[in-house]
Amino acid sequence: MSDAFEPTIIAFCCKYCAYAAADLAGSMRLSYPANIKISQVPCTGRVDIVHLLKAIEDGADGVYVAGCMEGDCHFVSGNLKALKRVTCVKKTLAELGMEPERVEMFNLSSAMGPRFAEIAIEMTDRIRKLGPSPVRRQPQPEAAAE
Amino acid sequence: MIVADRKSLSEIQDMVRDCRKILLVGCKGCVTVCNVGGLKEVQVLAATLRIAAKIEGRPLIVEETVLERQCDPEYVEMLKPVVDNFDAVVSMACGVGPQFLSEAYPQQRFFPAVNTTFFGGAVAHGIWEERCAGCGTCIIHYFDGMCPVARCSKSLMNGPCGGSDHGKCEISRNINCIWDMIVRKKTEQGRLNDLLDIVPAKNWQTARDGGPRQSRREELIQNG
Amino acid sequence: MDDLKSGSNLEKVLKAGHFALTGECGPPKGANIAHLKEKFAHLKGVVDAVNLTDNQTAVVRLSSWAASAIMVQDGLEPNFQMVCRDRNRLAMQSDILGAYALGVRNMLCLSGDHQKFGNHPAAKNVYDIDSMQLISLVKKMRDEGRFMNDDVIDTPPRLFIGAAANPFAEPFDFRIYRMTKKIAAGADFIQTQCIYNMDRFRVFMKQAVDMGLTEKCFILAGVTPMKTVGMASYMAKSVPGMEVPESLIKRLKGAEKGKVAEEGIRFCLEQIEEFKTMKGVAGVHLMAIEWEHRVPEIAERAGLLPRPVAP
Repeated sequence: MSDAFEPTIIAFCCKYCAYAAADLAGSMRLSYPANIKISQVPCTGRVDIVHLLKAIEDGADGVYVAGCMEGDCHFVSGNLKALKRVTCVKKTLAELGMEPERVEMFNLSSAMGPRFAEIAIEMTDRIRKLGPSPVRRQPQPEAAAE
Repeated sequence: MIVADRKSLSEIQDMVRDCRKILLVGCKGCVTVCNVGGLKEVQVLAATLRIAAKIEGRPLIVEETVLERQCDPEYVEMLKPVVDNFDAVVSMACGVGPQFLSEAYPQQRFFPAVNTTFFGGAVAHGIWEERCAGCGTCIIHYFDGMCPVARCSKSLMNGPCGGSDHGKCEISRNINCIWDMIVRKKTEQGRLNDLLDIVPAKNWQTARDGGPRQSRREELIQNG
Repeated sequence: MDDLKSGSNLEKVLKAGHFALTGECGPPKGANIAHLKEKFAHLKGVVDAVNLTDNQTAVVRLSSWAASAIMVQDGLEPNFQMVCRDRNRLAMQSDILGAYALGVRNMLCLSGDHQKFGNHPAAKNVYDIDSMQLISLVKKMRDEGRFMNDDVIDTPPRLFIGAAANPFAEPFDFRIYRMTKKIAAGADFIQTQCIYNMDRFRVFMKQAVDMGLTEKCFILAGVTPMKTVGMASYMAKSVPGMEVPESLIKRLKGAEKGKVAEEGIRFCLEQIEEFKTMKGVAGVHLMAIEWEHRVPEIAERAGLLPRPVAP
């Protein structure tokens, strides 16, 4: 069954770096797993704890935030704030009995197309090893589906 | 403001373990300012509880709302149309909130999602500190704006004790010795003489020690 | 200082102009009175009074007033310690009367260590009044014969009132003023924190003499012989308000193997020798923690025996 498991991974990508890097990866014709669903954000500082949790709640097997290199945030410190929130969500996942590694923070620049692909592969491999999110593993009762 | 810390997830889960449908109620007052019980925190807790229920394969509906204040009957009243639609209501306000809600809706069960800790303020982003003990008789003007009742671990009126250590309190290196600060400020301002008189024993009747307190403002009380 | 306030042996010794020596004893963590009496026995005839600690370091022990009463029965003089951490003003006044009724004549008024350090960190702390206010309270009970609320006391407690002073805790410059306040509040005698930094203590005593404090109050210099290098390092690092100079730690480290304790005692004896002639020092408070059996030897070597017999 795990062979057939194709994880769903949400990536919150900053438009100044990671999102541009994804574009670059595309134009360089670098392939990266289709499991990654990209959500563009104006700055990773915009990504809140609740966004990360919502993704998990809605069945994502993994979530990551990709922002600028430390010190290079377009809005000075948005990426540092994002890191703290990712850390906080890791703790929440641990409290929930889930693997904290399902959530991660990455830093890269707009010039790092290959690195973008690498991160996507790394994250997909990681989540594939962890298996489906326990949120999806259980047959969900009707009430919760409302 | 009143400062609070959120209870652990497991403690909240234990409170509502037998519920299938709960309402989380935040408050736009103090707990919003100290980032523990406002809209965002309500959303985070709700999502977390829903994830937990999904992991367990247990049906659970969590709805979210935020009141202007939970310490005012006129806002508490706004829950009236929905309050009975739930197995329980979890308040994210300070300790006043769940009590006002319980008084307004005696048929419903209310649980606190936070531990109310102290009266204080933010000394830095994400760090709050105690400043007031609510003793009912303010004396900070004798101590250049610093309160030994709230901020000395022993509430000494004639400190500092022998445990003052390089400006820190003997109980923790993270806590300033308020008496060290008082003495320094008085010295800098040439008012050390203020501290040479013995401060007599405090009358604690106005504090919680005198029993639960009530504040009455006759000009505001509406008859009938 | 002509009329006796309490008639305690310590008061008489001090008022007769003798160099006083007081000891210290921690009540047991249980009701093992035999063990307590055994500790007392070493101190009998060796010191003028013995401090009985009140749940020291916030660890529960047999009550200091009960231990004091047992000591009275055994013919020693207790110095009953009371901290502000565990009792409100009702309990304090009641225990003061109780202790007095059981023969206690000296009392040391302290703030007390915060319960966070002790074995009941979950306790509610009281601190209804502070040590300064406790001194005032005991004085009022004794001299005015009234309780804190001004009610008249039927047979007031006549106690020789003690207080603590720490010349080494920060803010240093304020320490002399705090002691001044304690004396103004009614302290008849002061026992200081353990002294290791003699330079700092000399300065403190000079201030006390210059300010006329030693005319109003007896100051007993606190000493604790170091048993090991580890004890010295621990006190230097981990005990708030305690100052242990590096030179002393070096000296202990330099002692021959198995001779560290002897070196500690020697340092202590040198200190006592200096205190005997230091202006304003009225005696020594020897806190030999769990070392009561060595007190007779230390007192002997310090030339403090035999103790004066009070009339």
